[in-house]
Amino acid sequence: MFLKSYRTRKIVSKVFIYILIGVGAIVMVLPFAWMVSTSLVEKAYYFEYPPELIPENPTFNNYIKAWTTGKFQLFFLNSLIVTVVSVIFVILFSAMMAYAFARLEFPGKEWVFYTIIFVLMVPNMVGIIPQFLLAKTLNLRNSLWGLILFYVSGSIPFNAFLLRGFFETLPHELEDAILIDGGNYLTIFLRMIIPLSTPALATVSIFSFLGYWDEYILALTLIDDVGKRTLPVAIATYHGQHGTDWGLVFAASIIAIAPIITMFVLLQRYFVGGLTQGAFKG
Amino acid sequence: MKINQKKQQALVAYLFILPGLLLYIIFLIYPILKALQISFYEWNIMLGSQNIFVGMANYERALSDPIVGVALKNTTLYTIVTVPGQMVIALFIALLLNKITKGKIFFRTIYYIPVVTSWVVVSLLFRYLFQSPKGIINFIIVNVLGVVQKPIPWLQEASTAFFPILSLGIWKGIGWTMVIFLAALETISPDLYEVAEIDGANGWQKLTGITLPLIRPTLVFTSVMLMIGGFNVFISVFLITQGGPLQRTEVILSYMYRQAFNYLDFGYGAALSFILTIIIAVLSFLQIRFLRKPEEIV
Repeated sequence: MFLKSYRTRKIVSKVFIYILIGVGAIVMVLPFAWMVSTSLVEKAYYFEYPPELIPENPTFNNYIKAWTTGKFQLFFLNSLIVTVVSVIFVILFSAMMAYAFARLEFPGKEWVFYTIIFVLMVPNMVGIIPQFLLAKTLNLRNSLWGLILFYVSGSIPFNAFLLRGFFETLPHELEDAILIDGGNYLTIFLRMIIPLSTPALATVSIFSFLGYWDEYILALTLIDDVGKRTLPVAIATYHGQHGTDWGLVFAASIIAIAPIITMFVLLQRYFVGGLTQGAFKG
Repeated sequence: MKINQKKQQALVAYLFILPGLLLYIIFLIYPILKALQISFYEWNIMLGSQNIFVGMANYERALSDPIVGVALKNTTLYTIVTVPGQMVIALFIALLLNKITKGKIFFRTIYYIPVVTSWVVVSLLFRYLFQSPKGIINFIIVNVLGVVQKPIPWLQEASTAFFPILSLGIWKGIGWTMVIFLAALETISPDLYEVAEIDGANGWQKLTGITLPLIRPTLVFTSVMLMIGGFNVFISVFLITQGGPLQRTEVILSYMYRQAFNYLDFGYGAALSFILTIIIAVLSFLQIRFLRKPEEIV
């Protein structure tokens, strides 16, 4: 008797838990559902009353239109170039720096390290005015390379800090073995540190990819030339010039966020791993 | 030999940090120091014009600028609403997810999707949802729930225009906070709860007596990170209300950006960004100082 009621109580509370989680999940998803729904309606300048989550005549025309009109494909390509090139450089330079901090001794080490930590505390936007002026002076405005330079520099400190923590956990014995075998520090870096750190490097790459793909403020400030725009800037300008065709805006938005969402769903163990690692360190 | 090896190692180390450090000094450190300098000038970007040293004038101007007062109030409001909002909801969801095994990863993924979605896209999306008189939020509150008689002109009125920004801030941040909480909860041994249950503890007592004290460092960490994020709010304001109507929803960074890139008043903009830096530095310090127990301070 007692057992039975205990079990029923357990089941009831489980069901209750799932209902609460489910309702929360619906709240999280509903805005996206409306975005997808609207993107399937042509000429959605106004909000239809009563609203229908599943439109009467759904069509992919907005997607075709978004992808083929204007310079959308160029914006997509710009985003892809800036993101991929920045990820490659930030991984390379951050890993090199992290290796020196984690495994080598050199005068001035502490000092450089504390400067990096200090700068991590300053809000990114503080640099935006002089970064704009610097880009102007160095002729880096309206250039994808300019954007890449600022992106990479801006994220080196954080990534180097993160990787340093990981590199420190690698065993020292291997290092000695490589040196005895006649290898040098570069051999250690390339043959030992890098191969043993793939999970950490993957995490850093994914987070960097996400950050660069979505970056808006620097791209908005440094780029005036329409042909050099990246997706976030382009999408923000689609809205509200002459009444907004929301179906088109959202079709373009969905194309822009699709790579990120796909990547996240497929590689989420790296996301979660990276997040929690950072959290417990801090 | 020993000294040679040391020298060699230092040389190698410098070569390894050189590319990163150079980029970092030129494109990050230099601009931050330059911003500090600019904040003491009336800075002119027109060719051939002079920059005039004005001392503390830009900072003094900020102290008496009524819009700075509004922006400061809004930035603070954003932080004190969204930080506890995200933390309480995220903790609730994390506690629930920690109790289930089936579908845990699936739900964690769902809750995290807003986090990985670009600020630009979700800002436009919330602008769309909060349209008036015809928008989905108005439809829900008027026609479905019936909590108000007529549609609320969300973005047209100063008193309601900040609401979409606040709700976006909470909605987008829950997933991040929840994932971190969940990871912390997973490290707590179930034995502790069993012992407490035998002693007759109820759910609330288990939460306040076991769970919260054990995840305390995580709570401090997330509150500091979210607070910093809160004071840095920018894109959502910039794209949803543009600080309007009548600059009533301006936050520090949107006002700073406007001063710098609309009015080309770089000196004033730089001063505003440093005021924000000082506020954030002081608050993070206080938060870490008072929320961490003495033995936890490194």
